[in-house]
Amino acid sequence: MIHVDLPDEFGHFGRYGGTFVAETLMEPIAQLREAYTQARQDPAFLAALDADLQHYVGRPSPIYHAERLSRELGGAQLYLKREDLNHTGAHKINSAIGQGLLAKRMGKTRIIAETGAGQHGVATATVAARLGLECVVFMGEVDIARQQPNVQRMQLLGAEVRAVSSGSKTLKDALNEALRDWVTQVDNTFYIIGTVAGPHPYPMMVRDFQAVIGREARQQLLMMTGQLPDALVACVGGGSNAIGLFHSFLADDGVALYGVEAAGNGLDSGLHAAPLSAGKPGVLHGNRTYLMEDPDGQIIATHSISAGLDYPGVGPEHAWLKDTRRATYVAVTDDAALAAFYRLTRTEGIIPALESSHAMAYALQLAPQLTPEQAILINLSGRGDKDMATVAALAEVA
Amino acid sequence: MGRITDCFAALRAEHKTALIPFVTAGDPQPAVTVPLLHTLVEWGADIIELGVPFSDPMADGPVIQLASERALAQGVSLTQVLAMVAAFRRTNTTTPVVLMGYLNPLEAMGYTEFAAGARQAGVDGVLMVDSPPDACSDLTDCLVQHDIDPIFLIAPTTTSQRIAQITRVAHGFVYYVALKGVTGAGHLDTASVAAKLTQIRAHTALPVGVGFGIRDAATAQAMAAIADAVVVGSALVTRIAACADQPDQVPVVAGTFLAELRAAIDNPSRSLQDTC
Repeated sequence: MIHVDLPDEFGHFGRYGGTFVAETLMEPIAQLREAYTQARQDPAFLAALDADLQHYVGRPSPIYHAERLSRELGGAQLYLKREDLNHTGAHKINSAIGQGLLAKRMGKTRIIAETGAGQHGVATATVAARLGLECVVFMGEVDIARQQPNVQRMQLLGAEVRAVSSGSKTLKDALNEALRDWVTQVDNTFYIIGTVAGPHPYPMMVRDFQAVIGREARQQLLMMTGQLPDALVACVGGGSNAIGLFHSFLADDGVALYGVEAAGNGLDSGLHAAPLSAGKPGVLHGNRTYLMEDPDGQIIATHSISAGLDYPGVGPEHAWLKDTRRATYVAVTDDAALAAFYRLTRTEGIIPALESSHAMAYALQLAPQLTPEQAILINLSGRGDKDMATVAALAEVA
Repeated sequence: MGRITDCFAALRAEHKTALIPFVTAGDPQPAVTVPLLHTLVEWGADIIELGVPFSDPMADGPVIQLASERALAQGVSLTQVLAMVAAFRRTNTTTPVVLMGYLNPLEAMGYTEFAAGARQAGVDGVLMVDSPPDACSDLTDCLVQHDIDPIFLIAPTTTSQRIAQITRVAHGFVYYVALKGVTGAGHLDTASVAAKLTQIRAHTALPVGVGFGIRDAATAQAMAAIADAVVVGSALVTRIAACADQPDQVPVVAGTFLAELRAAIDNPSRSLQDTC
């Protein structure tokens, strides 16, 4: 089955997606949809985007064959898509650049964003600085405490980081607060959402901007190995880096797709952030998708060592890929992610973000089940500099 | 005809504007809600808007967010909210009750089960803030089948085309959000609200209520002069929150405030500018 034509005009991926927002936002979202529909067909817009991706972000990002690690594991060859080498250190910039150009095109003067790990906040602050736009980033108090370097980077770039103290004080609450701000200043403000969630057109638009990852990777790997990979592995919080990698491979039935959620202390512990593995469908943040919720439909607190995966929902296209079984969703624990973090660092000299370490952890499990002639492509979605404090604190405890 | 339609017809005959207080079910304590609703009616409420607590109230300002948190901390569920309405109905069979909230608790219960339960409890209308009519027609259909009025918001940003679309499926009344913002925010501009109400009335004969930003007797009076109903939420919930530690005081404090608003909207000639 080929999924590449989704979503439909209403933003539906099967029964998922849609536009569940307060009435005040319906017209601004319609305007955004219209502006994006025009922009994606405008050669001048696409050329400007391509130029920025090449000269500002540093694309294409390389693919690296992790030979030593592959040899140690004795199974499939591991290839890393090096999104960590992008300007600002993660894949988030791909979409922030695209949305920033769109904001400028729509005549907006103010940009807002939500952030968890701070990578999307930094990417947005970067784009805002370059385009000369006012920028406010909403970030939960818990995340501000554990991702200090990124808070400082955002402030250095001229953004205001607004601490969110409502609810669980993490990514979902930052998203709530950004939506509240948007509704209040809707005339001049463009909301740059960091992931493939939110009301239509965000899941589609962010996917389109992130799809450059898989488009490049498909060509690069064909050039390097002469064949398509046997499996793709990417971590899934909201799921933007995973969709970005998967999208160009959806029609390649021989390529298995693995999305890796955060199992936190373990799926049985209840302390995790794995809605696809252990949640059920519901409506939050503008779309219908899998959520972590209690039997009364209240969203429950999530836990992950990684701030970027600490989110109770997931992009609606992932919900669709799960139900249709085109992709497989698994979950790895904090401990497994941390072990993979150290292993990649010490074996290949690459320090991955704790988010990306979840993808690495699953690849470490998968590789020995395959043969050395087979290949796994892992999205190394970000670098781990921002996680030094978290990792150091855990090392001290241990 | 439902209670909401009957209520507006009766008020219209008396040339009165409906007063609609909003309170969050279970705030500050579940046991307070039913007596509170009776007190609100006693002091002048024509229709009650009862908030269903939700963990992520994206369209609400801090006042109603905190009310939701207080209720959820005591485990108030949608099932309990329906039980509160049923308890209220034992002695009040005339005042319409509209549930206001977010879609996910209804999704979790299932639309059909919710609509049947709400109907049985005596709910008259349902307003889901994150569910405009084009987002979720299956809920609208389900409510109508169970003789519950689906209530929809219209905002300052709503185009004429959307007003037509919304009023086609709305029942009972439509709710105009008087400002761009969350509940409890900003300042009202009476002239621009009046202009929008004229635009809405060109599309529908349904009564039009105004809410978001009605903070005191003066703003209630100004809106009552142009609208069929005024909704007061955050200003009332603020007063409830102030006596969260003395729950037995909640009904009297809320009732006193509501009485002020009632007097102001029923006496449009009385100037309130000096007292505010």
